[in-house]
Amino acid sequence: MPEKVEKRAIVGWRNLVPGCAILEPGNSTQLLTGTWRLQRPVIDAELCNLCGLCWVYCPDMAMTKTAEGRYEPDLNYCKGCAICAEECPKNAITMVEEEE
Amino acid sequence: MSTRMPIEVSIAVSKAVQQADVDVIAAYPITPQTHIVENLSGLVANGELEAAFINVESEHSAISTVIGAAAAGASTFTATSSQGLALMHEILFIASSLRLPIVMVVANRALSGPISIWNDHSDIMAERDIGWIQVFCETGQEAYDAIFHAFRVVRDPTVQLPMIVNVDGFNLTHVIEPVFLFEPEEIKDYLPEHRQALRLDIEHPITMGPVGVPEVYTEAKKQVEEALLNSKQVVMAAWQEFGQRFGRSYAPVEAYRADDAEVLLVTMGVISRTAMTAVDRFREAGKAVGLVRFRLWRPFPRAEFQEAVRHARILAVIDRHISLGALSGPVCLEVRAALFNLPDHPQVFGFVLGLGGRDVTVDDFCDIVERAERYATAGPEGDYTLIGLREV
Repeated sequence: MPEKVEKRAIVGWRNLVPGCAILEPGNSTQLLTGTWRLQRPVIDAELCNLCGLCWVYCPDMAMTKTAEGRYEPDLNYCKGCAICAEECPKNAITMVEEEE
Repeated sequence: MSTRMPIEVSIAVSKAVQQADVDVIAAYPITPQTHIVENLSGLVANGELEAAFINVESEHSAISTVIGAAAAGASTFTATSSQGLALMHEILFIASSLRLPIVMVVANRALSGPISIWNDHSDIMAERDIGWIQVFCETGQEAYDAIFHAFRVVRDPTVQLPMIVNVDGFNLTHVIEPVFLFEPEEIKDYLPEHRQALRLDIEHPITMGPVGVPEVYTEAKKQVEEALLNSKQVVMAAWQEFGQRFGRSYAPVEAYRADDAEVLLVTMGVISRTAMTAVDRFREAGKAVGLVRFRLWRPFPRAEFQEAVRHARILAVIDRHISLGALSGPVCLEVRAALFNLPDHPQVFGFVLGLGGRDVTVDDFCDIVERAERYATAGPEGDYTLIGLREV
């Protein structure tokens, strides 16, 4: 699991890079947006026909394809926006409340 | 050797930009800045300046273009005035917060409305908080020299901030004055090579201008302010070396016959010349009147100003901008703020004159000095005084 961005970017003003530039390309992966989530998408493998529309529509590229060819949300980054559940033509994705 | 020749100040300014080895110029023409960028455009078109001159559709695009070029590591220049500066407004903060070395000349002109193409400071006074280094000029020579100072300062790796050179519209930009112009080899090694540590480079990708979440926004602002405050030392060092090499000295706050003055006029820009004539008139009559003028406006040179006015009894602060609904013009407000917590500070009275190109005369300054002395004993007439106002 990547190190949380808070530890790396939240520094005092003396240690900020001039202009707040980001020197490390792709460091947005350090921001674990999954911590924002209230509901998680759960995919019913029986109903899923592997069309991949959830993968297409996910705005955070958090839907991943497993080695077995199935779709699974990466819960490090899934914000629980439910766009995948809305777009799924088979209604195979259910949003389930996260436990406290 | 420098040759002293009569030259329109706008043309002298554009020659300085040419000699500063600028890479990218983007500008939109607006009176009274036009002659500066027209001449630069001609120099590029004639092959006398090896730079990209980018014609844009607005000042918003002009400043955005030089920001992009500066982010890619180019030495950049733009110039504007009045409504053009106002149209740049939202982008000006971004230039400083990205810590980009941009030089801009503002040919100071009144803001609409009513529409006015003439000189005052209302354009730049609306941009006091943008995080740029800001200086004012009094003569054509100063405007020419200030371009070299500016390119030197913004190229300093400890500064990394943009800088505005204010040149009063028409009253300075369009007058022909004797100016010492440098031979290229004279000035070349005064200017450091333009090298930028942080720049957009596809071999070493970085992100500029990311979102500042609440956890970093405060620190980001503090960083820019600290850089701006620290730039004063770099500006002063640039002036000091310039003075040693070329014999023309500059300081953040400059004084004229001020040492023993009881009443001090406080001015900025080209009207200081008229004010000095008024000071001479008082001195000839045996009255201890002097002048203090701001050359550096941002960062505000608090210590130098406090020292310059320490012995005076009365300050008459001149604003060329009317700050509607405020307690006085912005220069006067800041002067009061700089002195308020000092024990035994002089009395400060604010005066606004020369709005929208209204002539500023020696008699106006004499009137101001006499009013300030009267206010010191009888109390002021209101928060500040508009000079030359017709009542009916």
